[in-house]
Amino acid sequence: MTREPLQTGSTIDGFRIGEKIHTGGMATLWRVTRPDIEAPIVMKVPTLLDGEDATVIVGFEMEMMILPRLSGVHVPKFYAVGDFARQPYVVMEYIRGESVYALIDRAPLPPEEVVSLGAKVATALVDLHRQNVLHLDIKPSNVMLRESGEAALIDFGLSRHLLLPDLLEEEFRVPMGTGPYIAPEQIMKNRGDPRSDIYSLGVLLYYLATNVRPFGIPQAQSSLKNRLWRDPVPPRRLNPAIPAPLQEVILRCLEVDPDKRYATPAQLAFDLANMSQVVLTDRAHRLERNSFFDACKRWFAALGAEGGPQQPRTAQSNLAPIIMVAVDLSEDMEDLSDELRTNVKRVLATMPGVRIACVNVLKLSRITINYTLDESGRNIHVQRLVELKEWGRPLGLSQERITFHVIEHMDPAVALIDYARLNHVDQVLIGARTTSTLRRLLGSTASQVVAEAPCTVTVVRVPLNSGTVEVAADSEAARADSP
Amino acid sequence: MRIAFLSDIHGNREALDACLAHTVRRQVDRLVFLGDLVGYGADPVYVVDRVREAMEKGALAILGNHDEAAAGGVTSGMNDYARAALEWTYNTLDADSRTFLTSLPMQIEEDGRLYVHAEASSPHSWSYITDVSAAERSLRSTAHRITFCGHVHKPQLYHMQPQRPPILFVPQGSTPIPLMGHRKWLAVQGAVGQPRDQNPLAAYTIYDTVTNEISFRRVSYDIEAAAQKIHAAKLPQILAARLFIGR
Repeated sequence: MTREPLQTGSTIDGFRIGEKIHTGGMATLWRVTRPDIEAPIVMKVPTLLDGEDATVIVGFEMEMMILPRLSGVHVPKFYAVGDFARQPYVVMEYIRGESVYALIDRAPLPPEEVVSLGAKVATALVDLHRQNVLHLDIKPSNVMLRESGEAALIDFGLSRHLLLPDLLEEEFRVPMGTGPYIAPEQIMKNRGDPRSDIYSLGVLLYYLATNVRPFGIPQAQSSLKNRLWRDPVPPRRLNPAIPAPLQEVILRCLEVDPDKRYATPAQLAFDLANMSQVVLTDRAHRLERNSFFDACKRWFAALGAEGGPQQPRTAQSNLAPIIMVAVDLSEDMEDLSDELRTNVKRVLATMPGVRIACVNVLKLSRITINYTLDESGRNIHVQRLVELKEWGRPLGLSQERITFHVIEHMDPAVALIDYARLNHVDQVLIGARTTSTLRRLLGSTASQVVAEAPCTVTVVRVPLNSGTVEVAADSEAARADSP
Repeated sequence: MRIAFLSDIHGNREALDACLAHTVRRQVDRLVFLGDLVGYGADPVYVVDRVREAMEKGALAILGNHDEAAAGGVTSGMNDYARAALEWTYNTLDADSRTFLTSLPMQIEEDGRLYVHAEASSPHSWSYITDVSAAERSLRSTAHRITFCGHVHKPQLYHMQPQRPPILFVPQGSTPIPLMGHRKWLAVQGAVGQPRDQNPLAAYTIYDTVTNEISFRRVSYDIEAAAQKIHAAKLPQILAARLFIGR
């Protein structure tokens, strides 16, 4: 490989090299410009290319493979890659904003800030996993906060695209990741589990909430494995200001067994956006880590279990979707809400990992003053919530799998659509009243949700009597799921 | 340029037609037939004619072990039903078609790519690439960056860095895979006419020389019709039955 050393003022493939803004162990970042690109851009160039460190080269190959395939606000926009044989580089958007790394100076952060940051990063992971990519190196320095507020993930050198060959598979002699943040299954050399990103995000949140790394900074290979047997000190022990629900969320992310963590980042984001609904388990109240005896038990149980490359889990939420059920509790709509429940039961029968969010909109009036109490002096909001829970009770779901939300809003359709978007809902079940000419002309809540929701919407109707032929034919078409 | 690689058609007219129609929809610029045009299926004449037509328009084709056996009437080393099919094929093809088959080259090299039916280390031994060590033997015996082959009827993609053993990737769906330049690649096509990876759909591959991406495609075709013709020709029943289950 013969090439000119890069320096400020030189030009490669039309990119003019500006100032050097970062020199790291793996790569150097340069500000660059090209006449046809207005946005601020940077060129990332691997540092040790002629050395022996194959992981650096392969990691860079990985980034060159994955970054061009990603899009959206949660990753840097991609512009160009350089030919590996001549001068490998990646040109990408320069993200204006702050690295989460800079927040560490202020740790412990107030719990509400940790929650809101966690929700942003979880949302970024939802977007990344939806594109079949696992980051596998989530840590403060790899998360940028855009000026517009969203979290953007950077550095895909250890990432895995689930539909493409894993170029790093051959480097499996050592676990790949960053010591303090790496998930137990990554230590056991499994690079195919989306929930590894949830674990690392848990470490990040723990650190920001307590100013202590849950597993310190492991110096040796062997000490990496400590996290497999020994639980971290519960964060509330280190910072009593942390509320129980936040400890619940963080410790659930840090479960050694991926099955005990959140199944998807969408479910984690859901809890972080609805902290009052987090179901508290033993995790929330723990003030002691597991005993030495318990750690020994786990250690013995794990003897002989060696990891290695495994079939990747699907990163999409097909197995653990969030389904929102828009429940109309009006008295004349009982048949419809029964039918809706029947449909939810059908979904539950086929998808054991599904999580149900029951939503009811308490419609506010535009004209009159809204009273929070009804004629008999009961709080309307609380009353609605009680009714909603009553509606959901026959489903027989444990608390972690069903949540109830009453939203006050002037426009029910807008409220439902916003809720679905903000909570990464995978599917909406909504009842539609029997068709009528008036409704067809004016449009119903259900039809607006069908038109505008960011996901699949299933419209549920009460089966019609065979006598009402005209309407039945009409509803046949309306019953089809929207795309 | 977008190149379609079609391997192991094995006289299956319906599968070939479905794949060729698919290549048109996918804006393929050139066809490469990676051997075993005949054997097993009931339409060897049709397949040979279509391939010859395509070659007049710039397509490439190389020799497969079944082509060699069917053209020469030499079936030593074949199992019973393969031999029965080859004898039938030999009698069905006219002399001109047989001459055409024998004229096919063992391998073709083009712009850093090698096209060969079985593998690169000893093409005429017709060894199968069934595991990493077989893939390594092939990869180490050629200087070409990408090798395209067929012969095993199961789509596989191996990649290898200079000082390391290769790694197998089993393609998932048709997502285009970039063949990153720092390593060597061995792309094993699935079979057009007799898939054996438990997926009965016809398999072929598109490689885009500009984006340097490969895409493993699967195409549905009229299996029923292909199977009925095998029955009607009184070829071994198993050759029809296995089409439905892809094994």
